[in-house]
Amino acid sequence: MITLNALIAVCLTYVVFLFVVAFVAERSATRGRVGWLRAPVVYTLSLSIYCTAWTFYGAVGSAARSGFEYLTIYLGPSLVMVGWWWVLRKLVRIGRSQRITSVADLVSSRYGKSNLLAICVTILAVIGTTPYIALQLQSVTLSFEVFAQPGVPSPEEGARSYTALWVAFGLAIFTVIFGTRNLDANERHHGVVMAIAVEAVVKLAALMAVGIFVVWGLSGGVAATLARIDASELGQWQMDGGRWAGLTLLSAAAFLCLPRMFQVLVVESDDEGHLRTASWAFPLYLMLMSLFVVPIAVVGLDLLPAGSNPDLFVLTVPLATGQEGLAVLSFLGGFSSATSMVIVAAIALSTMVSNHIVMPIWLRLTGGGASVSGDVRNVVLLSRRLSIAGVVGLGYLYYSLSGGGTALAAIGLVSFAGVAQVLPAMLGGIFWRGATRTGALGGLITGFAVWLYALFLPSIGSGALPDAIMAQGLFGLNWLRPQALFGIAGLDPLLHALLWSMALNVTAFVTLSLASFPSPLERLQGAQFVNVFDHSGGPRSWAGGVAQTEDLMIMAQRILGATEAQALFDREARRQGTRGALPDPSPDFLETLEKELSGSVGAATAHAMVGQIVGGMSVSVEDLMAVADESAQLMEYSARLETQSDELSRTARQLREANQKLTRLSVQKDAFLSQISHELRTPMTSIRAFSEILRDSTGLTQTEQNKYASIIHDESIRLTRLLDDLLDLSVLENGQVSLNLRQGMLEEVIDRAAAAANDGGLRLKIRREARSEQVMLHTDLDRLSQVFINLIANARKYCDAASPELDIRVSDGAGPLVIDFIDNGSGVSAEARDMIFEKFARVSDHQAGGAGLGLAISRQIMTRLGGEITYLEGQRGAAFRVVLPRDFAMAAQ
Amino acid sequence: MRQPTPMTPAPDRPKSPVFLQRDSYRRRRLMDAARFLPVFGLLLWAVPLLWSTSDEQAVPSSGALTYIFGVWAALVLAAFVLSRHLRRGEDEPEAGG
Repeated sequence: MITLNALIAVCLTYVVFLFVVAFVAERSATRGRVGWLRAPVVYTLSLSIYCTAWTFYGAVGSAARSGFEYLTIYLGPSLVMVGWWWVLRKLVRIGRSQRITSVADLVSSRYGKSNLLAICVTILAVIGTTPYIALQLQSVTLSFEVFAQPGVPSPEEGARSYTALWVAFGLAIFTVIFGTRNLDANERHHGVVMAIAVEAVVKLAALMAVGIFVVWGLSGGVAATLARIDASELGQWQMDGGRWAGLTLLSAAAFLCLPRMFQVLVVESDDEGHLRTASWAFPLYLMLMSLFVVPIAVVGLDLLPAGSNPDLFVLTVPLATGQEGLAVLSFLGGFSSATSMVIVAAIALSTMVSNHIVMPIWLRLTGGGASVSGDVRNVVLLSRRLSIAGVVGLGYLYYSLSGGGTALAAIGLVSFAGVAQVLPAMLGGIFWRGATRTGALGGLITGFAVWLYALFLPSIGSGALPDAIMAQGLFGLNWLRPQALFGIAGLDPLLHALLWSMALNVTAFVTLSLASFPSPLERLQGAQFVNVFDHSGGPRSWAGGVAQTEDLMIMAQRILGATEAQALFDREARRQGTRGALPDPSPDFLETLEKELSGSVGAATAHAMVGQIVGGMSVSVEDLMAVADESAQLMEYSARLETQSDELSRTARQLREANQKLTRLSVQKDAFLSQISHELRTPMTSIRAFSEILRDSTGLTQTEQNKYASIIHDESIRLTRLLDDLLDLSVLENGQVSLNLRQGMLEEVIDRAAAAANDGGLRLKIRREARSEQVMLHTDLDRLSQVFINLIANARKYCDAASPELDIRVSDGAGPLVIDFIDNGSGVSAEARDMIFEKFARVSDHQAGGAGLGLAISRQIMTRLGGEITYLEGQRGAAFRVVLPRDFAMAAQ
Repeated sequence: MRQPTPMTPAPDRPKSPVFLQRDSYRRRRLMDAARFLPVFGLLLWAVPLLWSTSDEQAVPSSGALTYIFGVWAALVLAAFVLSRHLRRGEDEPEAGG
């Protein structure tokens, strides 16, 4: 008889072997040699975690107890795999294109990244899986006990618990080491998958070996075995139709929804092509796993004493017939089933717990300050590890609390029914665009509540639900009895709960989906999920690292500019030690590159671009929205720049105009200075000349003396007038003038001005309208007259028409008084118009006349009088408009 | 003389042609078969629901086992054959033909 210690040694050796397998697989994966890791057969074998210890040992037990029911657990998944074209193909494609990390992530992504939904699914999964993990611990513990010396009393509860604790501890260590080695966006664990594949081979080989031994070794061939079966207690088909159909469908649903199955089916899937192989290979695996169950059960019932645990026939039949090697192999098969399930379930659950519960809480507590991806890396890893320890610990706790009794055995199907509540939201999400977050949440919570109340709580034994509720219903309402909801009694409890939970779940899901309206993100995600085959291309493959780096180089050059990009790549290549070549696309390099690029195009865009080239993953809606945000900011920024540059060019234009005016003024001033010196010099010269003549010449006649003296006098007057004008202007400009306000008629003022300026109308003909000039004014009439004189004199001097005429029009409207002076000459040229009111301005040099002060003085006067004088555009000749307030005193108020 | 260009816009091209080449047609039917296979399996495995459970007419277990595993093997075989032929043209559009 093999000793317990030898068994433990075998067990440890096997565990070490698994560690080595996982380690080698990880090493190969990090070195890029993933060819053999990605074989379809590895994928198919990894699916075998569906066959847990519950099915390894329990199938035979179930067959011994209730005949063919165990088959349903395998038939459902077989149908799902055979029907991969319907659901699995779509799930895997969605999982790849949306970078789905868990079943909770799938549901939450589909319904607009709702974290509330993710939390619900996670809680459901943890509640559904914890008893299942406890079940695995129990089966390992029981199988250890089988090898204890017969006759020796079965170990104490404490020792059992001790075994379970060690197993739980070892599993947690393995899972932490290989499940959180790398924090990849794709969440693939090559080491774990490889170890599971090996374990799958071990458990199939073990069960087949026992089966072959039983059929050919103990029963004497196939025909004899069939005859033996027919002769046994299980000789006839005794199967409840409802359970047959219900459990087949339930196992199919659970196959899709179990977190660990989703992990290996979708998350760890590298290639859609693997599904094609698995579509026939996995049903074959399941068929082989279940082929020998009935023979083993029948032989066990025959061979072993009544009352022995049928769950352990797989172990006890070889032991009873002295086949210790076979028994150890069988033990390893059961051990493999238990460990692989716990490992993958722990990974799947820890991903969900960490991503959807721990990280959001942590980010909220730290104020969401982790904007740099490097920040959270360690935190995520730590939270994953703690979650794994937590999940396994929870399983152990459940095991030790429940006492490892028979109550646990029933938990398998209960757990299936629990996780199957996700199915409506999941299938509805990938096939029906109208499914909404509200519907999914409603359906999930309804189904979960019914399951909890009608199945889970009653199943964990007395105490969870008081007897009063079990017998009389919640609040004493008869129709709320947990196992006879709505008064329908007599159903099998599992079927009853399954029927009601799924029915109410689907009803709530559909009704609320129809009644609610999805958010934009939800609708986008819905379209992406339902029409995933229209949106995503086939699986792409990336040729070696160099091609990627070249693509990155091309992209970087486009964004950063050729010199900078080359400098960056050179620097990175030197840092990596690959002198003179392109750098390898290591994570460090990609991070650096992403940071560089994000400086130019924004973080989200940079991430999407690098991801597109390196990861070959498609860009999610969230990425796109982030990109759109960034582009909007860039556009706003550039719009602002454009406005500023417009403003700058406007200012520059104004400055240029001002400069031109200044230049012209300066030119005019120069011209005036020469003019004024000329003006001053001409009279001075003649005054000097004639006064010298008067002084030096003797014998001048009286007439001559008078003539010369009057010339001197005239020239002096001219000088004085010039100086008077200058003085006048300077006085007006400085505002030192005092006005002499009087009442008077406009007509009189114009009369006086015309008489003074026009030399009796010889050269210029003035047209006036006497009637309109009957306006009483209260202003400085002398000054106003000075303005008019200036205007009329200008017309006389500068009007170049053959017979010059001047129109003086007075418009006496409601507003201020307007007097227009319009002549019939060629007018003032456009470029000179803004200069004529400046000092020393003259329309042209050759028409010399005054000093160019007249209009400047006029404008100063009009300003003082509260009016204005402007050049009137659009007339035939030169036209000036004088605007005058009716009453200066009133205007001045 | 220059012909006037027709002003009617070109009709939208359908996503998939109405009639297919023989090869594509075969492939489409293979996809239909892949879709139909699980339904077929479900129907066959629902047959035990019709079996009587009364003692006199009950189906012997050997017969039941042979039938269920026979269906199973047939499904595996059919899935194997289909997966072989579906290797090419996997990304054909969903719609019919």
